[in-house]
Amino acid sequence: MNAITLSNVDISYGDTKVVLGVNLEIAEGESFALVGESGSGKSTILRAIAGLAPDWTGEISVLGQPRSHGVDRQVSRQCQMVFQDPYGSLHPRKTIDATLSEPLTIHGIGNRGERVEAMLQAVGLDRRFRFRFPHQLSGGQRQRVAIARALMLEPKVLLLDEPTSALDVSVQAEILNLLKRLRREQGLTYLLVTHNLPVVSFLCDRLAVMRHGQIVEVADVDQLKQGRLSQAYSQELLAATEGRAGAEA
Amino acid sequence: MAPLLSVQNLRVSFPTHRGRVEVVKGISFELGKERLGIVGESGSGKSMTGRAILKLIRKPGLVTADKLEFDSIDLRNQNEKQMRQVRGARISMVMQDPKFSLNPVMTVGEQIAEALVTHEKLPRREVNERILAMLEAVRINDPKRVAGLYPHEVSGGMGQRVMIAMMLIPEPELLIADEPTSALDVSVQAQVLDIIDDLVTSKGMGLILISHDLNLVSRYCDRILVMNAGQVVEECAEGQLSEAQHPYTRGLLAAMPTINESRDELPVLDRTQWAGT
Repeated sequence: MNAITLSNVDISYGDTKVVLGVNLEIAEGESFALVGESGSGKSTILRAIAGLAPDWTGEISVLGQPRSHGVDRQVSRQCQMVFQDPYGSLHPRKTIDATLSEPLTIHGIGNRGERVEAMLQAVGLDRRFRFRFPHQLSGGQRQRVAIARALMLEPKVLLLDEPTSALDVSVQAEILNLLKRLRREQGLTYLLVTHNLPVVSFLCDRLAVMRHGQIVEVADVDQLKQGRLSQAYSQELLAATEGRAGAEA
Repeated sequence: MAPLLSVQNLRVSFPTHRGRVEVVKGISFELGKERLGIVGESGSGKSMTGRAILKLIRKPGLVTADKLEFDSIDLRNQNEKQMRQVRGARISMVMQDPKFSLNPVMTVGEQIAEALVTHEKLPRREVNERILAMLEAVRINDPKRVAGLYPHEVSGGMGQRVMIAMMLIPEPELLIADEPTSALDVSVQAQVLDIIDDLVTSKGMGLILISHDLNLVSRYCDRILVMNAGQVVEECAEGQLSEAQHPYTRGLLAAMPTINESRDELPVLDRTQWAGT
């Protein structure tokens, strides 16, 4: 069974079509990356799967179940999202405990205290952080909380929208290690959006290159590692990453 | 030849309720007509160093130095009016994010003109010519059209090129670029840095490139200072980054994933060794 299936999906914001006819199949347990420049529609795809961009046509299925256009509790249980900026994605006036308990309350899950403690431990945060506020934590610690929040409902699929681009390299390494470990331990499926190709190389199995709302190429991570991407645009991205300034203005 | 800029024992501190905290703890360097990179993580004091040179740190921040000289001008005892003769005209600074650094209610052309006219009295026709030539120099196609656009009508990469145009049009001798590309896409980053690099080399300017990206800095700079917790921990020459000695520099390098990544886990900095940020 596929963890995420998109068939012929168009997504629009108002009158502007942002994503055009995207087909995507992500297997369960896979780690898949969407790469491309800003404005290529990669984050929009995540938002549509998470239910944050309801204006789409086509079909989106999560773990075999077609997704409705509105808020979908079933999908929320199975599929959660981690946002780019840990400075903006946590409620500033809620303690870490409140942030982590909220999804449990919404879905009527008991035993909250224990679950929160266990999750803090799983993401490598000390217990003493539990009753602190986000402003008392560093960027890396906040991103750990954001990942913990997404994992509270024990989802199978995690949507990651540039989870490390707001962080320093050394902190990025910690978060990437954490994501890799969590995936191994809990058998998660990742759909990761990034423009950082080395991160893809570290964390993912396959990638799709996007441009102007369309998928240009789907490739294996080995192809990326060996620089054997077939499309000219993908090669351009690769060149830019490696600093061979082949890209024309 | 006397260096363009010489800094000795520069210190920047801010008061907190627990006493003054030094964010830059006595750094010294000299700069000729070359490209110097300053690298470090958030909170290492790299941006504060750049700002201190331009005396952009406002009270209650406090800047002290044994020597802060630019082209034999002692910047320490320049007043605000004298500093305005230096800022922009002789030392200019490119900031991180074009979205917040451009004036949203002025067209791109007007803003570039303002940068020029503030420092030089020129006839309007010549001003217009200079603007168009400058926009062309930062590789903007169709400069006439772009000069009439407002900042929200241009993309991030174009906005950053406009900033660079604005900073370079008075023909300064030293350019301080503070994370000039971290708000941009990877594919645009290389273009923007190439433009800076071209202009800096062709005009024989000095460049201080401040960034958290070690690899990027090492590609564009002749010399690199690695900062941590307000101090320079290591200085490397171009191309010798891979031979860096200090554990902090090595840690930073190792923590970065590569395009052909085979490690199962990335090494993480042991912060207790430096008691850093």
